Amino acid sequence: MTRVHDMGGRFGDGPIVPEAEGGPVFHEDWHGRALAVTLAAGALGKWNIDISRHGRECLPPADYALLSYYEKWMAGLTGLLVDADILSREELAAGHAIGGSDLAAKRMVAEKVAGVLASGGPADRPSDVAVAFKVGDAVRTRRINGNRLVDGGHTRLPAYAVGATGRILRVHGTHVLPDSSAHHLGDGAEPLYAVAFAASELWANPEHPKDEVVLDLWQSYLDPAA
Amino acid sequence: MLLHDRTMPHDHTDHDHPHTLLPSDPALRVKALETILTQKGLIDPAALDEIIETYETKIGPRNGAHVVAKAWSDPAFMAALLADATAVVSELGYYGRQGEHMIAVENTDAIHNIVVCTLCSCYPWPLLGIPPTWYKSDAYRARAVREPRKVLSELGVTLPDGMAVRVWDSTAETRYLVIPQRPAGTEGLGEAALMDLITRDSMIGTGVAVAPSVKP
Repeated sequence: MTRVHDMGGRFGDGPIVPEAEGGPVFHEDWHGRALAVTLAAGALGKWNIDISRHGRECLPPADYALLSYYEKWMAGLTGLLVDADILSREELAAGHAIGGSDLAAKRMVAEKVAGVLASGGPADRPSDVAVAFKVGDAVRTRRINGNRLVDGGHTRLPAYAVGATGRILRVHGTHVLPDSSAHHLGDGAEPLYAVAFAASELWANPEHPKDEVVLDLWQSYLDPAA
Repeated sequence: MLLHDRTMPHDHTDHDHPHTLLPSDPALRVKALETILTQKGLIDPAALDEIIETYETKIGPRNGAHVVAKAWSDPAFMAALLADATAVVSELGYYGRQGEHMIAVENTDAIHNIVVCTLCSCYPWPLLGIPPTWYKSDAYRARAVREPRKVLSELGVTLPDGMAVRVWDSTAETRYLVIPQRPAGTEGLGEAALMDLITRDSMIGTGVAVAPSVKP
């Protein structure tokens, strides 16, 4: 079920620290390096964005809470590299390569960077799952937000929005289902919607009666609401 | 039905997660990964330099400001942007990674939009670049959905009481760009001058566009 990354609505995190416009994009040199290594390793094609997110979420909760943002990226990436048999534990411990790799032909060279970043990785896919809801329909989210395919697996229904009634605000078309895609089970594409919930449906003490939270939710997260 | 094979989540315990094999200092940890991957022929260090330079100098919130300034200046462009933002920003060359499915949402006298990603740090990279530290912080992720007005006040924004707040939690691959309200007194300004009023935060919804009289 839920993991430590699913923190929407949590209490106790303290104030927001503003950041001036136009300041450095990367506050430490290794931050930029961490982002770049992550993108370059992703270009080897051994995982998709859902597997990558799940890798970070699978950090032990104590580590997830303790590590800074790009430390989490590095820790998640290290787990992905080992799980995909790209690097070995022996190589990580030794700090140097032990042998080559049959993936070397996929290396992203500098000249390819602009093209790779510009081409992106769209998540919309054809699907034979019929669109069940239209704008304005009342829907209720599943009461339990676990991955139905893999116990403890990746899912994108936050805990704060389980069992809540909202209305369809937008129909996004059919998109890759992360619950499937994060576990090498295929795209599992299905309809995706923007669903609006009154703040009073989600929080014990909402700030304002007019406020709403909108989440992008897959059809299998939703049931019709009377 | 549960599936039991390599589809199982790869939980590692505190003691055997592979990252603990690397140096604990984060800069050394990154360097170690880069070194091993480079030695194996899997990473081109020059490509890393190129990625960093791209997000430091080429892809950032000026792209988003360009889009918003055009929307303020041209009602037809605004209508097209609200109808199909991905197509419109693509024509300006702002399609790319983390901006594959763009949606523009417009702030009005009745509604103020604000964007968050409670589960990770999803953000429209081609239009706004790499997110600021606070956007990725636990505090923002935890609080923006539950108490957006308090969060806004900590970032210097106070909304009129009659205005509704709509918080967009980026839980899928759709990415949201907030179109801030155009400040009064800017009727005669061209796109370039308008761009100077459009801040990064105003396009996340955690700020408002700068009024020309108070701009330093």
